[in-house]
Amino acid sequence: MDVSQFHAVFFEEANEHLESLESLLLSLDLAEPDAEQLNAIFRAAHSIKGGAATFGFRDVAELTHALETLLDRLRKQELQPTRPMVDALLAGGDILHSQLAAHRGQGSADPASAEAARARIEALASGDCAPAAVPVTALAGPAPLERRSVRFRGALAQEVVDNLLGELRGLGTLEVLSEPARARGKAGKRKGSWVLVLTARASADELQELMQFVIQPEELEIGRGEPVDDMAAETDQGFGFFTDAPGAPQEDPGYGFFEAPQAPTAEASGGFGFFADAPGAPSEGVVVPLQAQTKSATSLPIAPAPRVVPMSGGDSSSIRVSVEKVDQLINLVGELVITQAMLAQTSAQLDPLQCGRLSQRLAQLERNTRDLQEAVMSIRMLPIAFVFSRFPRLVHDLASKLGKQVELKTVGEGTELDKGVIEKIADPLTHLVRNSLDHGIESPEARQAAGKPEIGTITLRAFHQGGSIVIEVVDDGGGLDRRRILAKARSRGMQVSDDMSDQDVWQLIFEPGFSTAEVVSDVSGRGVGMDVVRRNIQAAGGRVELSSVTGQGTRISIRLPLTLAILDGMSIAVGTEMFILPLSFVVESMQPKAAEIHTVQGAARVIQVRGEHLTVMSLSRLLDIPSGVERLEQGIIVILEAEGGKVALSVDELVGQHQVVIKSLETNYRKVPYVSGATIMGDGRVALILDVAALVRVAYGLAEAA
Amino acid sequence: MSDGTQHIGGNQRSGEFLTFTLGDEEYGVEILKVQEIRGYDTVTSIAHAPEFIKGVINLRGLIVPIVDMRIKFSLGNVEYNEFTVVIILNIADRVVGIVVDSVSDVITLDGEQIRPAPQLGAAVDTAYILGLGSLDDRMIILVDIERLMTHPDMALVDQQPLAA
Repeated sequence: MDVSQFHAVFFEEANEHLESLESLLLSLDLAEPDAEQLNAIFRAAHSIKGGAATFGFRDVAELTHALETLLDRLRKQELQPTRPMVDALLAGGDILHSQLAAHRGQGSADPASAEAARARIEALASGDCAPAAVPVTALAGPAPLERRSVRFRGALAQEVVDNLLGELRGLGTLEVLSEPARARGKAGKRKGSWVLVLTARASADELQELMQFVIQPEELEIGRGEPVDDMAAETDQGFGFFTDAPGAPQEDPGYGFFEAPQAPTAEASGGFGFFADAPGAPSEGVVVPLQAQTKSATSLPIAPAPRVVPMSGGDSSSIRVSVEKVDQLINLVGELVITQAMLAQTSAQLDPLQCGRLSQRLAQLERNTRDLQEAVMSIRMLPIAFVFSRFPRLVHDLASKLGKQVELKTVGEGTELDKGVIEKIADPLTHLVRNSLDHGIESPEARQAAGKPEIGTITLRAFHQGGSIVIEVVDDGGGLDRRRILAKARSRGMQVSDDMSDQDVWQLIFEPGFSTAEVVSDVSGRGVGMDVVRRNIQAAGGRVELSSVTGQGTRISIRLPLTLAILDGMSIAVGTEMFILPLSFVVESMQPKAAEIHTVQGAARVIQVRGEHLTVMSLSRLLDIPSGVERLEQGIIVILEAEGGKVALSVDELVGQHQVVIKSLETNYRKVPYVSGATIMGDGRVALILDVAALVRVAYGLAEAA
Repeated sequence: MSDGTQHIGGNQRSGEFLTFTLGDEEYGVEILKVQEIRGYDTVTSIAHAPEFIKGVINLRGLIVPIVDMRIKFSLGNVEYNEFTVVIILNIADRVVGIVVDSVSDVITLDGEQIRPAPQLGAAVDTAYILGLGSLDDRMIILVDIERLMTHPDMALVDQQPLAA
């Protein structure tokens, strides 16, 4: 499964959000901030956070969370935006850029700088006198900073150390005076003692609190140091070659720690070497935290200098277009197809001998229009992998929660369908997969006892069939339990009998509030499931089928139209009027024999079809149109099925089968009874699409009075 | 007109009007509400709709309802031939077609030429009449077409309306 394709969308969106975040921040009027603008900035950050969390980009999510916290307070007007805040937020945005780039495999991100940025933003968000916890660099001035020496010992994993140093750096300026030798290998622990100097406004207690999670109190020693100025001198002595650097922070106005001053960097590049790959950096926008530079040459705990990947002027491989524009295009092409069909119809009446060349060109036009239509429709098409890709994780998490062993197989992820349908299918499908896992697949012990492999299999399969897409959720679990479903139905007071067909029994689980789960878990079993699933799928123009063999498994198939804009229809005629029946509701059509039609109380008519008696509805009577046939048996009966009910619709004749473009009647008119929409036929006329569900409801509510 | 004079009475507006006839009467609608004028085409009828709603047509991909004003106002000869005219109107973000006997011309009326309609008794609802316009010896009934079309009686709009 191509998850990276999924990522690409996120990156694209995240970059877009970042850009808007940036431009909104820059245009923010600090004196009189516009609430709507603050909201927009918040939303941008929120969207990035949501996406990042979904895709497991933890660093991005954490940083955006900090951003969001600050922005939330700003938009709630708990804080007044200030220049430093905007700067910090912008800096955070830059780091997000580099983090995103890193996830995309371009350049790398620096966790330390991200940590610092996060701390800075959090400090601002905490609001109580912003400078409090802001790094010293921002407070060039007589701020009563305190310098503390911190010594600790212990065997710590590199990761832990990095985190700790990151935390401390968030408080102020941190220097590592001595540290144990770097362990071999990434996972190795570094043993020995550390000597740090932290210049911040944090008290000894706060520091202790911060560090006690990782370091035993007895191994920690926090001492009081000299004022900042002396520290600089001392540091200088300590390192000798570091004349400029300590002064730099103080000279640097504002929140300089993201703008590596030229001088130290230059020196650093010569002196330390480990910045070798970033020397020209500042000019190309490299973000190098000053703290990193004040480190001793021997310490390399942080990643190489991060490089902000130069933003290209947009990814040329894709463009984002509003859905309206695409829909407009689809509509226009639909028009073209209709016009073309009209031309074809007209030309068919011409003398082929005289107009041979014309009809030849018209045939070519037809081909071209079809191709064009297909191409345009494909703009809205997305592979079903967009939905399937969420399931491996879901299945994995759920299976371990439920103590089951499950393997998920996906087949046909490349099958394409309309974006609108994809959006509608995602939730029902998730529900079905959860159900299969929770109710379908048995525990490993039960499976073993039944002689099945311990590991259950859930298969998601998608394929095209005619003008529809079929999505199947198949599990090799225990199957549906006929007896339990019947018992449950009885306990709910439903009319059931033991000799119901399996198919009818399975239908029961689609009833509202029906669940046979023995234990209601947070996974499923609250019985709000299958009826909602079916309703959602029907709303998308599809239908659900279920088959199950006890002990062997269950298969649920969802059949959906490829797009919401096009429908497979059967055209029927009554008198001079033409109507469309959505093919998905048509069971069969037949020419009735007089003997099959009976009347009930001389009024209602029923027809016997394969042992079932179905109510006959006359479309001409229902819609008040004069019919062209006098007797039912001269016309055609179409058996329709919707919402679990069947009805026999009598019409004059069947005209044909087409794919029709669905148009709304309500745009310019209003809802019409028994009609779900309209379409335009080949001759340019409008034909109404019948609302089969409404017809069935009428038949069951008030059976046709003859 | 150009100065947009609003006269006493409030509903008298100056401006340009498209005039059409229904039987012997001459009507006018604000020109800005008119999208186009076209011939009468085959209409797909709609079950259980009022008689004056002839059905819907395909207007370049839009499904547009057609109202026969002659039936609505019980005027003129209701017959459909190649001279039958449909005025396509843009009303309250909707597109609606009205069938009339014939379209006359576009006239400009200033405030002076528009008089409020007198009370015409219970037989005629003057709420849909902006006023009576006089041009030479013609009398033009200026219709508040938006109000008329969005009225629940017209059964053109679901529920209650977008009407002002």
